[in-house]
Amino acid sequence: MTLLEVNDLRTSFFTDAGEVKAVNGISFQLDRGKVLGIVGESGSGKSVTAYSIMRILAPTGKIVGGSIKLDGQEIVGADEKTMHGIRGNKVSIIFQDPMTSLNPTYTVGHQLMEGIMLHTPRNKKQARERALEMLRLVNVNEPEKRLQQYPFELSGGMRQRVMIAMALACEPDILIADEPTTALDVTIQAQILELMQDLQKKLGMAIILITHDLGVVAQMCDEVIVMYAGSICEQGTADEVFYNPRHEYTKGLMRSIPTADNNGQRLQPITGTPIDLLNMPKGCPFAPRCEKAMKICLTQPPSRMIINEYHYAECWMNVKEQLEGAADSQEESQHA
Amino acid sequence: MHEGAAPLVEVKGLKQYFDINMGFFRTKPLKAVDDVSFAIRKGETLGLVGESGCGKTTVGRTLLHLYEPTGGEIWYNGKQVVTKDDITELRKKATMVFQDPYSSLNPRMTVSDIVAEPLDIHHMYKTKQERQDRVLELMGYVGLNSEHASRYAHEFSGGQRQRIGIARSLAVNPEFIVCDEPVSALDVSIQAQVINMFDDLQDKLDLTYLFIAHDLLVVRHISDRIAVMYLGKMVELASADEIYNRPLHPYSRSLLSAVPLPDPRAARAHKRIVLTGDIPSPLNAPSGCPFRTRCPYAKEVCAQSMPPFEEVETDHFVACHRLKEIS
Repeated sequence: MTLLEVNDLRTSFFTDAGEVKAVNGISFQLDRGKVLGIVGESGSGKSVTAYSIMRILAPTGKIVGGSIKLDGQEIVGADEKTMHGIRGNKVSIIFQDPMTSLNPTYTVGHQLMEGIMLHTPRNKKQARERALEMLRLVNVNEPEKRLQQYPFELSGGMRQRVMIAMALACEPDILIADEPTTALDVTIQAQILELMQDLQKKLGMAIILITHDLGVVAQMCDEVIVMYAGSICEQGTADEVFYNPRHEYTKGLMRSIPTADNNGQRLQPITGTPIDLLNMPKGCPFAPRCEKAMKICLTQPPSRMIINEYHYAECWMNVKEQLEGAADSQEESQHA
Repeated sequence: MHEGAAPLVEVKGLKQYFDINMGFFRTKPLKAVDDVSFAIRKGETLGLVGESGCGKTTVGRTLLHLYEPTGGEIWYNGKQVVTKDDITELRKKATMVFQDPYSSLNPRMTVSDIVAEPLDIHHMYKTKQERQDRVLELMGYVGLNSEHASRYAHEFSGGQRQRIGIARSLAVNPEFIVCDEPVSALDVSIQAQVINMFDDLQDKLDLTYLFIAHDLLVVRHISDRIAVMYLGKMVELASADEIYNRPLHPYSRSLLSAVPLPDPRAARAHKRIVLTGDIPSPLNAPSGCPFRTRCPYAKEVCAQSMPPFEEVETDHFVACHRLKEIS
């Protein structure tokens, strides 16, 4: 059942240097109870996508086109009052850095209870009960003591647990996790990822997991979106994208990470540097760095091509391969 | 590969304590590095891994005498580094690449001045022309060209800045480079370019690296041997393959099993050892073995004394009291 439907979303930032098209026409769907990973490098527009859904863009940023439908309700253009009802209740977000996303001047308990009292008809005592329940749910030890403490008294992993507790306190349908473990150590990251998996099973919410770490995606996600320069280059089930990548950028990413298989060999990096969003090329945004770029790649942006039911890619190579395949089979049939 | 080669850098019982102000004129030592010994052979890459606060960066910095060590000995090329002259000599042979390519380059200097600064300090040229030629040669090593020389650091992307930092570290013709998380601030696609460059430079200039990082897949790729640190102590040291295929210390085991593999099927089949609890503060490190508070195998003996760092097999060092029982 489709919970979130994003259609041709365009978000731009209007700076002194000009319009930066941070998200440039992306479409995807998210079903209830699924985990969707969005991967991409810095500046690819993955966080801006999340902020657009939450409608928490910086003042210079604006959704300039497309639609975001949550449970059938249009979010683009909805007024602030409607958004208040959606944030927290239907969609919640946790951020990368748990230190800067908690308020250092209030206790953990105050911050947890604030959201609960705003969004649910609970009084202070009931909100406290709920806060304790949430802290227990995310495996925080000594929850009564934690309520009295300030964020600086907690470790990084503990703070991220508090953030998750806060985000889930009003039982949202969707949890957006924006690089939730990037600031954490490996062993703590393993704890948080396991916690998120447990909670997802227990509470049945859908998760949008934004990350640059392909390992985290492989471990957590049912479906994957690969973004580059504000566009989706590839989208599909995790197995399809990892084992049958059909966009040259995805292929390049897979080749450039060290794994057990390419140990001792040279890595094959993607050449060039990330794109300048102020000077976008006319054709495919990846074309200037793509080894296999053809004439058409430089002039025409590729459209969405269906690889199979679970897999899309925006890369002209797929058309070329298909034409070649057709030519081959034609030749074969002529020979026959 | 480099087995039997003489050690280029050797550290014996290195200690680095920082005094932390506790108020009312009281201070407390923070044992960032506590009794660490190892040797780096000529031409090899020693990877140093561990979580934040384990002291890996401090080891790298103390090695170059950026901090005055609290205790222990540092030997370079068979000679102990003690006096000020020794340190100046050391810094002509041993340099460093820093983690953050944004804060480690002076924003008010041009690229050619940044790269030439070590040459200026060590008076390593006679004429301006010689200086300029050397700068261009160094920039060529790292894939930058002459038109970049007169620009400022802010005009470059993260990957290019890191190249500038590497060119600077190569300026004095070093034999040994401490690379402190040199790729962790870079995007995946750029990371691979820089890793390959480290490989190429090592072959071309016959360099020895101490490669500090927390990304275990990267460290495995580049290192010949790997050392694992936890709360200021070294807990395991062995060849890269040995550490990955047969880690012996319980901490190394859980650290490696916590690495998310970029392969969905392997990730589903993978049994992870998830540690409970947080890393203790190095200000209140546990008695005995520092890992005992999170170790699934801890016994009384682990609280009583720090296990010795012993060679349990050829070239495989481990510090664990319970190694025999658990392996």
